[in-house]
Amino acid sequence: MDVRAQISMVFHLDKCIGCHTCSIACKNIWTDRKGSEYMWWNNVETKPGTGYPTRWESQQEYKGGWEVVDGKLRLKSTSKAQIIFNIFHNPSLPSMDDYYEPWSYRYADLFNAPESDDQPTARPISMVTGDPIDIKAGPNWDDDLGGSQIYAANDPNLESLSPEVRAQLQAIERLVFFYFPRICNHCLNPACVASCPSGALYKRGEDGVVLIDQKVCRGWRSCVAACPYKKSYFNWSTGKSEKCILCFPRLETGQAPACFHSCVGRIRYLGVMLYDASRIEEVAKTPNEGLADAFRGIVLDPHDPAVIAGARANGIAESMLESAQASPIYQFVKVWKIALAPHLEFRTLPMLFYVPPLLPVMSQLKDGNVTTVNQNFFHDIEQARIPMQFLGNLFGAGHVGKVTYALRKQMAVRMWRRAVTVGDITRDVAERALREADCSPDEAEAIYRMSSLANINERIVIPPSHREEAIEMMADPLVHKQSVGFGFIERPERGT
Amino acid sequence: MLLLAQTAPASPSFLSNLDTLLFAVFPYVAMAMFFLITISRYRSHPFTYSSLSTQFIENRQHFWGLVPFHYGVIAVLTGHVVAFAIPRSVLLWNARPLRLYILEVSALIFAVLTLVGLIQSIHRRLTSSKVRTATTPTDWIVLAMLLFQLGSGMYIAVMHRWGSSWFATSVSPYLWSLVRLNPDISTIVPMPAAVKLHIISAFLLIAFFPFTRLVHVLVVPNMYLWRRAQVVRWYRDRRVRSSQ
Ligand code: SF4
Repeated sequence: MDVRAQISMVFHLDKCIGCHTCSIACKNIWTDRKGSEYMWWNNVETKPGTGYPTRWESQQEYKGGWEVVDGKLRLKSTSKAQIIFNIFHNPSLPSMDDYYEPWSYRYADLFNAPESDDQPTARPISMVTGDPIDIKAGPNWDDDLGGSQIYAANDPNLESLSPEVRAQLQAIERLVFFYFPRICNHCLNPACVASCPSGALYKRGEDGVVLIDQKVCRGWRSCVAACPYKKSYFNWSTGKSEKCILCFPRLETGQAPACFHSCVGRIRYLGVMLYDASRIEEVAKTPNEGLADAFRGIVLDPHDPAVIAGARANGIAESMLESAQASPIYQFVKVWKIALAPHLEFRTLPMLFYVPPLLPVMSQLKDGNVTTVNQNFFHDIEQARIPMQFLGNLFGAGHVGKVTYALRKQMAVRMWRRAVTVGDITRDVAERALREADCSPDEAEAIYRMSSLANINERIVIPPSHREEAIEMMADPLVHKQSVGFGFIERPERGT
Repeated sequence: MLLLAQTAPASPSFLSNLDTLLFAVFPYVAMAMFFLITISRYRSHPFTYSSLSTQFIENRQHFWGLVPFHYGVIAVLTGHVVAFAIPRSVLLWNARPLRLYILEVSALIFAVLTLVGLIQSIHRRLTSSKVRTATTPTDWIVLAMLLFQLGSGMYIAVMHRWGSSWFATSVSPYLWSLVRLNPDISTIVPMPAAVKLHIISAFLLIAFFPFTRLVHVLVVPNMYLWRRAQVVRWYRDRRVRSSQ
C-alpha cells in the first residue's frame, strides 16, 4: 500500500443552474491574457450537446486517454516511439476551429461613428488577428439546447442508443437537459503527464494537483492531444500549454478555488481523499464492467488504522489526515456511492466526481402537468425522460448500474424528507423506499444535509498545506513561480 | 573594416585580410555567440525555449510544410556532419561512381524536400492571417536566412559537382583546423564565390541562432523514452535536497 493524498471534487449536477458564474470567475483570474482568450479552464456544457471543444467525448476523433492493448496500458494519441515522429506535426492535435475563435467587439465604433441615419454597430473582431470576423461558434453555443438539431443530436453519448430512443429524446414534449460543468479532473493516471515528451507536466506529490512547468514546456502539444477531457490548452501566443491549476495559490491560503467559491448553485464540493498509488495501473487496466468498482476500491478509508499508519509512513501530514477524515468527497464517492466519475473508460482515473442529475429523470408529464410521485417508487427512473443509457455512457463507462443506484438513492432520500417534512408519504413507505435503495434514515439525513444545508466549510474542506510559506525558504519564489503552471519572471511574450 | 577599406581598397592584401576575417575569425565569433548566448538564455529565460508551434491555429497546411522541412533539414544537416566527421569514409564510398551518384542524388532529394517544406511554411505564414499574427520579425529573418542557405547549397550541389567529395577533401580539413584552434583557410580561399557565401551565411546563421526560435532544437526531448510514464514532484524531495 502506497498511501497518497489527493484533493478531489464532487459536482452535484441537480443543483447546477447553468449560470456560468464559475466560468467567468475563472476567466477573469486566469485566462484573460493574450493567447488564452479561447481557453475556458472551467466551462459549463448543456447535455445532451456536443460540448467544448466540439464532440470532445468522441475519442475516435480526438484520440485522448488510454487504451489497453495486449494487456498493456498505452496512450491512444501516440506511443512512446511514435512521439518522435509526431513532434513536427501532431496528427491528433485539435485546432482552434474545434474550440472557437475568440472575439471581442469594436466598441469604440459606437462612439466614433459619424452622424448618420443608422444606428452605429460594434463589429465583432477576432481576438487573434484583430480583423473583423463572422462569429460561427462559441464555447457554449448549444446552451440550453440551442440549435439542438445540430448540437444535442450529435452528442457522442447518444451513439450507442437505438434510433427510436434518440428520436424520442428529440421529441419536443420530451425535451430534457441538464448542465455539465467541467474543470481539469486532476486525474490519478493523467494522460497529459504521461504524454509530455519534455516531462513538463507533473502531479504534486502532496495533494495531486496536476501542473505544467512553464519553464520546461517546449510547446510539443502532446498533452493537448492526450487529455481525453481536453482540459490542457495550447497558448498560441506564448507557445506553451496551460491548464487549470485548481487555484492552488488560493488553496494554499485556505480559500476555495474561484469556481468553487463563486458557484451560485453551491454544487461544488472539495476535499482530500486518500488512495493507494501502487494500484493505479492495475485499476486503470480493469475492463469497463468492473472499472467503477475497481476505481472505488483504490480510494482508502481515512479512518482505517492501517491506512492511517501507511499515510504516516509516507510522510502525509497529520493535518492532511484530519482533513481527509472530514472530506465530503469520501462520503459522496465511497460511503454513499452517489458520485460517479465521468467517462471512466478514458482510464485516466479522474478525481472529479458527479452526482448524476435526478430532476430531468423524475419529472414526467401526466395530463399536461409535470408530476413527480409514482406508486412504484423507482418506476420513474427506468421510464425516465432522459434515457438511462445516456447517463450510463456519461458516468458509468457505458453501464447503467451505478447510475441507477445513485439515482434511486437520491430519490429515496427525497421521499424520506418528504415523509419527514410534508407528510404526504408515510414513514413506512419512505423507509421501504430507503431499504430498496440501499440507504438508511441516518444516511438519508446525512445526504440531505450535505446536499441542501451544508455551509461552505462543510462543502469545501481545504487541507492546511503551508506550502506557500515553506517554498520560500527552499527556492527563489520568482523562479519557483514559473514551475507551477502560472506566473512568469519576464512578461509572457511570444519568444523569438 | 571600414578603415581597411579606406586605406587599401581591393588590394590583394585586403582580400586576404577579408578572407582571414571571414573564415578564420568570424567562425570563432559565431561559435562563441552560439554557446555563450544559448546557455545564458537557457539559464535566465528558460521560458523562451519553445518550439513556438502554430499548428494549433492552422492545422491543414501545417503538415505539408513542417513535416517535409524537418525530415529534409535533418537529413541534409546529418550529411554535412558526416562529411565533416568521417571524410575518409565518404571518399571511400564515393570511389565508385554509382555510389557517388546515389549519395548525391539522395542528398539532393532531401534538399528538395526541405525546400518544398520551407516554401510551404513561408506560404502558410503569409496566407493564414492567424499564423501571420503569431509570426515575429525574427521569424521572417530566420526564414529568409534558411531560404538563402538552402538555395545557395542547392546551387552549389548542381553547379559545382561533386560536393560530397570535395567537401571531404577541402571543407572538412578546414573545419577540423578550426576545431584544432589552428585555422587553415588555404583550401577555402580558392573556392568559388557561391561556396564561400554558403560558408559565411552558415556561420551567420550559427551566430544568429541563439536569438531565434531555432533554439528549440537544443531542447528536443531526450529522456522521454526512458522515463516512467507518470511524473510526480514532491515538495519533501526539495526539502531533503536543500537540507543536505
Ligand atoms: S456557478 Fe455553479 S451553478 Fe452556476 S453554472 Fe457554474 S457550477 Fe453551475
